[in-house]
Amino acid sequence: MPHDHQNDEPLSSSGHPFRADDDTKLSYWQVMEIAVRELLIEKGHISASQVHEQINRMDARSPANGATIVARAWTDPQFKAALLTNAGQTSRDMGFDIGPMQLIVVENTNSVHNVVVCTLCSCYPRNLLGLPPDWYKSRAYRSRTVVEPRKVLSEFGVEIAPDVQVRVHDSTADMRYLVLPAKPAEANGVSETLLANWVTRDSMIGVGLPRAPV
Amino acid sequence: MTEFFGKRWHDMGGDPAGKISYDQHDFALWEKRVDALMVLASTAGLMNTDSLRRVLEDMGEEAYEAMSYYERWIASVGQNMIEVGAFSTAELARKMAQVKARGSTYGDAT
Amino acid sequence: MKVRVHSHWPPGHIRTPAYLRGKQGEIEREIGLFNNPEQNAYRLASEQRALVRVRFTMAEVWGDGAETPDDVIEAEIYTHWLEPV
Repeated sequence: MPHDHQNDEPLSSSGHPFRADDDTKLSYWQVMEIAVRELLIEKGHISASQVHEQINRMDARSPANGATIVARAWTDPQFKAALLTNAGQTSRDMGFDIGPMQLIVVENTNSVHNVVVCTLCSCYPRNLLGLPPDWYKSRAYRSRTVVEPRKVLSEFGVEIAPDVQVRVHDSTADMRYLVLPAKPAEANGVSETLLANWVTRDSMIGVGLPRAPV
Repeated sequence: MTEFFGKRWHDMGGDPAGKISYDQHDFALWEKRVDALMVLASTAGLMNTDSLRRVLEDMGEEAYEAMSYYERWIASVGQNMIEVGAFSTAELARKMAQVKARGSTYGDAT
Repeated sequence: MKVRVHSHWPPGHIRTPAYLRGKQGEIEREIGLFNNPEQNAYRLASEQRALVRVRFTMAEVWGDGAETPDDVIEAEIYTHWLEPV
């Protein structure tokens, strides 16, 4: 069905259909994707609508989900305690569809700064934050973060004071990590809803800090 | 050449490396479909995260350098499907030839 | 509890990073039982194995080359890769 464009073509963030890959020369690996997908559908292992729904589910996941959780933790001590004890269940209770993901939340304080990496592959809390940024999957980030985290953080514009301990979390197996950044003093008095705008993706990986929305 | 002692190429923690590049690309539809296929094939019990990674690791460092992230993923998903018997190599070959004959762009072939 | 990671170098799919093998750390928390990835990767019937988080100091992992000796690395390690110290 070469020209049978089903209604399963998601829009880009700018609201336009994805076209770049439609118009460039068909690659070997794109041929394989189409072939694998059609074979799995023909043999009844999966359905076309499942593929469509899975892409929608993935597109709906973004750092805004994590930001909502952080803002709640900043304003509700009981919630924060629950989050630090059982992050997966607490996120599900808040209504986030994180699938089977096992989540640990680690808290930045006056004396500890946390940063997350996956040296073996690219483990990331994708079911909460969406797909990882390209740099997170890069050789440079994966290799260096465990050996010179302060230098890496400095390249991201985050300077850690000498009296603060850096904790690097290498996502080696089954857990995924979310950093609960420290609430900036300037954010005191801001409502939970508005606080979410202070929380950046990078601050939840540990390579950034929350900041006033621009 | 340094002597091999068992540390594999993908096991990168502590390796010398340069500056981090912040280049970012938007995911194309075909890449999102690869991601969805991995999730759905796993849910269907045909593969799992470890079997995905195992094939990626066995593809070697050259593949990591030469192929994009989702190119490597579809190679691994395809390999996993053959291993588990979801379809045969011959079936995949025939289907890929059919797909390729449909046109010269992804839009034409999909 | 103090533990040391086995300095073993088999082929195959392993979730114990090379830079931590042979290093000593402290169990930070127990996480629970998971399918052994070393079997799961080959779609073999997987035994359930205990997974723990181990905390290592930079000084232990990188020796004199540590960026800041008292900073730490925490990683999940399967207990069949650990021995008590």
